[in-house]
Amino acid sequence: MSADLYDVAVLGGGNAALCAALAAAGRGARVIVVERAPRHFRGGNSRHTRNLRCMHAAPTDVLTDAYTEDEFMADVLRVTGGVTNEALARLMIRGSADAPRRMGRFGARFQPPLRGTLHLGRTNAFFLGGGKALMNSAYAAAGRLGVRVAYDAEVIGLSIRDGRFESATVRMPAGDVEVRARAVVLAAGGFEANLEWLAEIWGEAAKNFIIRGTPYNTGTVLRLMLDAGAEPVGDPAQCHAVAIDARAPKFDGGIVTRLDSVPLGIVVNRFGDRFYDEGEDYWPKRYAIWGRLVAQQPDQIAYSIVDSKALGRFMPSVFPPMVAGSVRELAAAINVPAGTLASTIERFNAAVRPGTFDHQALDDCRTEGLVPNKTHWAQRLDAPPFHAYPLRPGITFTYLGVKVDERARVVMKGGVAENIFAAGEIMAGNILGRGYVAGVGMTIGTVFGEIAGRESFRE
Amino acid sequence: MRKAEHEMVVCNACRYCEAYCPVFQAMEQRVTFSPGDLTYLANLCHNCGECLYACQYAPPHEFGIDVPRTLSKLRVESYESFAWPSFAAVAYRRPWAITLAAVAIGALVLSGFAGRAFTARQVATADFRAFTARQVATADFYAVMSHGTMVTIFGVAGLFAILALGIGHRRFTKATREAAMPGREGPAYERGVADALTLKHLHATGEDCVDAEETRRPWRRWMHHCTFYGFALCFASTTVAAIYHLLFGWIAPYAYTSIPVVLGTLGGVGLLIGPAGLFLVDRGRDAHLSHASERSLGGPFLALLFLTSLTGLLLMILREQPYMPALLVVHLALVLALFITLPYGKFVHGIYRAAALMKFRREEA
Repeated sequence: MSADLYDVAVLGGGNAALCAALAAAGRGARVIVVERAPRHFRGGNSRHTRNLRCMHAAPTDVLTDAYTEDEFMADVLRVTGGVTNEALARLMIRGSADAPRRMGRFGARFQPPLRGTLHLGRTNAFFLGGGKALMNSAYAAAGRLGVRVAYDAEVIGLSIRDGRFESATVRMPAGDVEVRARAVVLAAGGFEANLEWLAEIWGEAAKNFIIRGTPYNTGTVLRLMLDAGAEPVGDPAQCHAVAIDARAPKFDGGIVTRLDSVPLGIVVNRFGDRFYDEGEDYWPKRYAIWGRLVAQQPDQIAYSIVDSKALGRFMPSVFPPMVAGSVRELAAAINVPAGTLASTIERFNAAVRPGTFDHQALDDCRTEGLVPNKTHWAQRLDAPPFHAYPLRPGITFTYLGVKVDERARVVMKGGVAENIFAAGEIMAGNILGRGYVAGVGMTIGTVFGEIAGRESFRE
Repeated sequence: MRKAEHEMVVCNACRYCEAYCPVFQAMEQRVTFSPGDLTYLANLCHNCGECLYACQYAPPHEFGIDVPRTLSKLRVESYESFAWPSFAAVAYRRPWAITLAAVAIGALVLSGFAGRAFTARQVATADFRAFTARQVATADFYAVMSHGTMVTIFGVAGLFAILALGIGHRRFTKATREAAMPGREGPAYERGVADALTLKHLHATGEDCVDAEETRRPWRRWMHHCTFYGFALCFASTTVAAIYHLLFGWIAPYAYTSIPVVLGTLGGVGLLIGPAGLFLVDRGRDAHLSHASERSLGGPFLALLFLTSLTGLLLMILREQPYMPALLVVHLALVLALFITLPYGKFVHGIYRAAALMKFRREEA
């Protein structure tokens, strides 16, 4: 491997990396993919994904209705609060229109619309079988095109001279090797799985964070690039965090650790106190703020409590609820002070105003006179058994990345690098300065992966 | 059972596989999974394997989700629990031994009755001088064994098999909380039958299902079709022959161009290609996709079908040769062994799969 000179070295093994590798190899380039994970866990966080967001003017075989460029752009502006590079965002949006078809050429399969559990059939195309199936088809296509894939291969050094990439030092089970290539595509994700890095930002609290995805996104390539003078983009101190079941594994718990019970009951911290309006908005929209809310609580833990009226109204959870016949039993089960919990529930119940409960709409069931109030779906907790789920912050991704131009070239302090390209989470901060909208991460990876692959090998 | 329940809870919280097949769609209708639910889901599964390769939680992930293999194991356990009489469940643990025993019994019974035409010693030494040249030349099967004897032996064995399969089916529907023989009414029943006859769920996504990661080939489906429809044509051939004999008094052997012979020949060819093909397909499939207990059931059943068909076709071609009587005895012994083992081997998957597919269509309606 060290003796070979590749046309393109792709650092990373997720969707953006494979889109780049396939685009370059499809044009005849000699490509190597350097994937840090072992074969079984290949695919980065893409293996946990399910869909990508696509603009389309009319219904397609995988999308319903229409989703225009302007509507997509409006969604990006809304979730980011305007912290976005509009030119790059529009480039991504226009590129998304053709993405399912281009992915299909490499064996990706999509499921018919209207079956998705999340009602995203209009805006998002769903991978048949999910992201791991997508990655399997992409790796199979890469194999057919002669792309070389190195698994268990961690990039530990980059040789960049005068803004030009020369080689990468790669640590493999058999020893360190130099991978030389005419161009490099950085597609190695963020640093959300790097617990030390998280601790630099969040301090002690980071110890209680759960990483929802791959343990291999430690940000090594990102840090090497920033040290080499790449322009940073995105808030270095922010990550996307949602509230997930505290019993989830430290890494790779993926989708099944999510909990949808929050709007249907109350959430208390370890002292038994409520701390935020559980009924502020629909769960998918508010889902993302709860990671930060729980992270700000003592010991980064909270408990979602519902009574028997809520059962069957939220997606089944993979972990069993803690069940109790009375508030006292419940307090013992979740180890919070019984007196405080009892008074929290008493005061909450007393503050609930009469209303017509409708968990499908922003209904008029609310509390009055509480701090904080619950503004929708407030019902008394009075029908035992009570069910409780422990919550912790679950980190999905980080925002810090490298700045790129419209050709996916990395912008260095001294100017644009001619043979260094970036795609996926490592440059997503160009478009998503903050916030998130479902499926846009995969769109960024797909579109910029394709651009990076194409631009890195021009005959 | 506990592993299956854990897996279904994880799957139900994930649902990425919901577009693959009815197992996941049926799963989403449930919040908890009783043993009956799991039995139903296990028998609904066609063991294709897409969901294993697609699974972000497949081993070595600590959740260890391996739906095809778990349901495969559960399926064989359900065959055992529905077997009638109950002690016959042991057949699923020693499929080769039971099949060989059935062949031995078949050979014993058949050569015993064939002894009316000649002695066991003659059979053993292929010495058929007791047979007249005329009998052999006209392929007079009933000189070897009278029509009445044949009807009695195979009628008893066949009725017993139907009874045992029927009771198994009843136990399945009871366990999965359906009324006995349900869904006869209405289009749900027809759609379920159509799904079974077309093996819809081995190619419902528009492409064939996998044999190994990203390896999709149609052979498992086509070889199954050869086997199933070959079996059906042979059954039709026998039925037509019975009508000829009983209604019209036309006695076998029939001409090569007659309906029973044409049906039997086509079916017989299907039962050579199909079982041989399925054997090769199974050998080439990723062993992770099914449990050893289920894989072990395939071999003896396929061998029995293949040999039954082979001897049947040889009998047709060589029916005017001196060793016809021996061949006839061997063929009939294999057929009898097939009848005896039908309720206690791989064959039952068809009964429970069809019942599960019908239940799925009814729940969907």
